[in-house]
Amino acid sequence: MTDVCQQRARSREFIRVNRLKKVFGLGGSGELIALKDINCTIREGDFVSIVGPSGCGKSTLLRILAGLLSYSDGSVTMDDQAVRGTRRDVGVVFQNSILLPWRTILDNVMLPAEVLGLDIKAARHRAHELLAMVRLEGFEDRLPSELSGGMQQRASIARALLHDPRILLMDEPFGALDAMTREQMNMELQRIWTESRKTVVLITHSIPEAVFLGDVVFVMTARPGTLERVIPIELPRPRTMMSMSTPEFGAKTQEIRTLFDHAGSFD
Amino acid sequence: MSETTAVNAGVNAMSQGREARPKVRRPVSPKIWSLALLIACMAVWEGGVRFFKVPHWLLPSISDIVLALWNGLATSPFARDGFWYHSFVTMSETVLGYLAGCGFGLALGVAISQTDNLETVLRPFIVAFQSLPKVAVAPIIVLWLGFGLGSKVAIVALLTFFPVLVTGLAGFQAVEPERIELLRSLSATRWHIFTKVKFWTALPFIFAGLEMAAAFAVVGAIVGEFVGAQILQLDSAMDVGGSFAVFAILSVMGIALSAVIRALQNRALYWQPKQQNQRTINL
Repeated sequence: MTDVCQQRARSREFIRVNRLKKVFGLGGSGELIALKDINCTIREGDFVSIVGPSGCGKSTLLRILAGLLSYSDGSVTMDDQAVRGTRRDVGVVFQNSILLPWRTILDNVMLPAEVLGLDIKAARHRAHELLAMVRLEGFEDRLPSELSGGMQQRASIARALLHDPRILLMDEPFGALDAMTREQMNMELQRIWTESRKTVVLITHSIPEAVFLGDVVFVMTARPGTLERVIPIELPRPRTMMSMSTPEFGAKTQEIRTLFDHAGSFD
Repeated sequence: MSETTAVNAGVNAMSQGREARPKVRRPVSPKIWSLALLIACMAVWEGGVRFFKVPHWLLPSISDIVLALWNGLATSPFARDGFWYHSFVTMSETVLGYLAGCGFGLALGVAISQTDNLETVLRPFIVAFQSLPKVAVAPIIVLWLGFGLGSKVAIVALLTFFPVLVTGLAGFQAVEPERIELLRSLSATRWHIFTKVKFWTALPFIFAGLEMAAAFAVVGAIVGEFVGAQILQLDSAMDVGGSFAVFAILSVMGIALSAVIRALQNRALYWQPKQQNQRTINL
């Protein structure tokens, strides 16, 4: 495990966000500053958790990284190229799995291949591999409505990985799941990340989830949305349920919680 | 036809499932009730007409209608004054007009949903044409297109065009924004967003429109027929029994057309929860 950490320490800068500002116009009646003066860098292969209260602009930040939203000022670059619009090397996992109900699980996972015009045969092979990785073998021909919420979200992770993106952006992917399933999904996601070696940006409002999964946690505060602090998490990997009861884990979650208490807003 | 039998089989399977529970009184299928209601209505009709001695030119008895139907159907399929020949003509008018009307309605709906401002431009025209009583326009269409097949097909097409256009437009707009965002995150083109998401989301709406249009199609055919075909001839000959017999045949056509649409719908909307499916049928 130490070599993995060392490898990460050597990994290069991938995303750079500089003085980013996002303002939403409120239809003539003033404007809302969603993000203000965000500066951060994300290194290739890192697992970044972004945690913050609702309304702190964390989803806005993710949508800007995905190219789904434009920004008002500052810059966002991936490999020194400015992000303007969506990119083919990005995979997004949304809060709801958004599987298309008329498609089987396999066809849902194949969606990026059809849209991006990839080689269908190769993509189908990869889809089967990914479904095996998210432990959904045997469910290829089922409709999404036949699967549980956790399984649906795993299928949507497989879909986001189909076109082999360099970065996986996840917007509160487990927010709609019950606590037990959520813990299992956290373990699964750690494993998937270790196996796929992607850069991951995970938005969450669960502090334990952020600390459990992240190499680094970005703590955001609300109104206007600012990046309050970047906290490296050096707990050894793979992390287990037991890691959650270690003093180090408790110290990190406490540190983040204190930040919110000072900012005076956490719901 | 095989689809309808499949649906029936499903109903049978359900009632068999209920039978499996012991000591429960076997519930009567709703279809039996519909049939019983029909027979009861016909009995009241027949009895009423006989009891009150209603003159047959005012309201024919069921037996008169059945007799007229029998006589009409007993003719050769090619006899120009027989029911078979006229039924065939009416059916082809209905089906051709239905296909043309629904086809144009759907095509315009797709075009509007794929173009930014077309809906705003066309909306007043659509509303104006929709509120126009199409039936009143029928004589003018006959004037333009003559007494042949063309005018009747045009009338049916006019009546079926709007339900499909309007439900299609509603369907294309009913797409969840998050599904579009998913496609956008994959840099999808407008066409991909349409074929992969919008079309499928609109499908239940389109089927509701198609079924509404099926009922209108038969209305359109009758309106067309009023301008110079069998109903009018029979009406003027005071053959009221014959007129009612023709109405019976037209109802059967309407039922057959919606049965075909329903069967197609059950095939196409396999992914919809059954109850939701039912809800769109009843729209």
